[in-house]
Amino acid sequence: MTAAIEFRDVRRVFGAIVAVNRVSFAIEPGEFFSMLGPSGSGKTTCLRLIAGFELPDGGEVRLDGIDVSATPPYDRNVNTVFQDYALFPHMSVLDNVTYGLRVRRVPAAECRRQGEEMLALVKLEDTGARRPAQLSGGQKQRVALARALVNRPKVLLLDEPLGALDLKLREEMQLELRSLQRRLGITFVYVTHDQGEALSMSDRVAVFNSGRIEQLDSPQSLYNRPRTAFVARFVGGANVIDGHYAVRAEHIAVADAGAPVPAGAMRVAGTILDTQYHGAVRRWQVRTDDDQLITATRPEGDAAPAGREPGTRVALIWARASQIPLTAD
Amino acid sequence: MTTCDSNLAAPHPLRTASTFFYRRPSLAVYLLLVPPLLWFGTVYLGSLFALLAQSFYAIDEYTATIVRRVTLATYAQLFTQPANLDIVLRTTQMAIAVTIVAAVMAFPLANFMARHARGRVKAFFYVAVMLPMWTSYLVKVYAWRLILAKEGILSWCLSALGLDGILEAVLRTPGIGGPSLSSSYLGMFIVFVYMWLPFMVLPIAAALERVPASLLAASADLGATPSQTFWRVTLPLALPGVAAGSIFTFSLTLGDYIIPSVVGAPGYFIGMMVYQQQGTAGNIPLAAAFSVVPIVLIGIYLALARRAGAFDAL
Repeated sequence: MTAAIEFRDVRRVFGAIVAVNRVSFAIEPGEFFSMLGPSGSGKTTCLRLIAGFELPDGGEVRLDGIDVSATPPYDRNVNTVFQDYALFPHMSVLDNVTYGLRVRRVPAAECRRQGEEMLALVKLEDTGARRPAQLSGGQKQRVALARALVNRPKVLLLDEPLGALDLKLREEMQLELRSLQRRLGITFVYVTHDQGEALSMSDRVAVFNSGRIEQLDSPQSLYNRPRTAFVARFVGGANVIDGHYAVRAEHIAVADAGAPVPAGAMRVAGTILDTQYHGAVRRWQVRTDDDQLITATRPEGDAAPAGREPGTRVALIWARASQIPLTAD
Repeated sequence: MTTCDSNLAAPHPLRTASTFFYRRPSLAVYLLLVPPLLWFGTVYLGSLFALLAQSFYAIDEYTATIVRRVTLATYAQLFTQPANLDIVLRTTQMAIAVTIVAAVMAFPLANFMARHARGRVKAFFYVAVMLPMWTSYLVKVYAWRLILAKEGILSWCLSALGLDGILEAVLRTPGIGGPSLSSSYLGMFIVFVYMWLPFMVLPIAAALERVPASLLAASADLGATPSQTFWRVTLPLALPGVAAGSIFTFSLTLGDYIIPSVVGAPGYFIGMMVYQQQGTAGNIPLAAAFSVVPIVLIGIYLALARRAGAFDAL
């Protein structure tokens, strides 16, 4: 099967900054594909390269097997949901949604029918006559989605679409986007810096760091088998110890300095730097005697000593089996 | 430590005043509003009202004094005498032509300044557009008269290039031509456009600066070609700026009396009539009636622009 999107050795340079550094990957049709990374890691530039807002300085971008490296956005069968929604403020909601049809000269009655159908799909039936300024953030988000989907794109690009929404709405929209994607069978390419969002929604995730993909894997593999220190820290929030292996914070116990070491366990001595209450868990930052920072979390109310103050000497203990070797660097 | 304590005990009087106003934010706003309101309310609106009132008086033809009785005689004189009506039409046509050409010329420049230029290039363009405004208006008008004169640099350049035939053909064109560029409506038009172009460029650039780049990207993303994006997104969102700029160019052209008297054909313009009627002719009511014309025309223009949706994006 031809890949929906394929990058072959793509480069994009802005002045002295290499935003995308010889990146290659392929996205399968119908996949929910996330590009995860901190800001400036190249994920948004990759999205813009797919949309056609950026053209590559080297390599090839292919859509459905066809090289589109020099094709302008208006000749590509992909649509984008923008981070700031980018709704046209001088048009009604319905005119926004039907914009893509109208510029292709679809008859007015047909535009209206399809526009209303799309508004119904995103549960905004009665807002067609309103202006974008009269909508809430979540409603604008849905209009942006309807405006993109009305064109029946083969690929939908989403650039941190939920970033501006509050937590509860964000979680609702995550579920809704995922079920919409399953129902429509469209390839989704989702850019986010929120690892939880990427893990919970995606079939596969590409983790970006300084213009390159560090690891491209299923969410489970990224979390359980990070290959680099960057992925271990960024995706799993794991501790990287001696640069060679990762240990998840929830696998580390905080014990008295003189506690015995169980069989098959590792033990490191250190001093508590800080401790925070997070509701379900308590989190400790410990500086080890060989000067590494390690974070440990334990369920609140666990037998672990909750009252320990910063400055207390402790021992950090974890099972050898919970160590994840970092193979790539 | 002791200084800290004494500060807390006895705050500075200015600080007390600041706190007083900080706790009553609207009071400060209204107090600061008083001087400009007095200025606008009395000086500006007052004189405007006096002007309007004058236009409803008439002059006694024998004694040449103003009769302070409300009458429409002056307006009748304005709209029934063909010479006066000609002046209104001539000035309005010039103002419309200047506004349209200034807008068409200003848009690409403003678009470049707002959307493409960065850093020093951008600063250069903004300064370059405003620089002519730092020079005396009269100096510029007389400079243009010399540039456009029969023996001036423009005709010299054209004849050096062997293009004087074109200039002569243009000058023979009825309506815009004349004996030389400096004594033709075309020459006057060139000077008007030059003079008012910055007033068109800056509001359009300001409007375009406020259009997020993502809107243009979204339009292209949804399948619109660059020209569709221009007509459906860029221009509608820049229209408030075009409207603001055209109010400047339109009203400045309607009211100007120096450019038509220094450069251009002999026909009178509204500004010249106002200047002459309230000066040498001493007919202040007619001068006032002529002054009302631009105000009414601008009002009509704004109403039309509003109906055309120029302010929908605001």
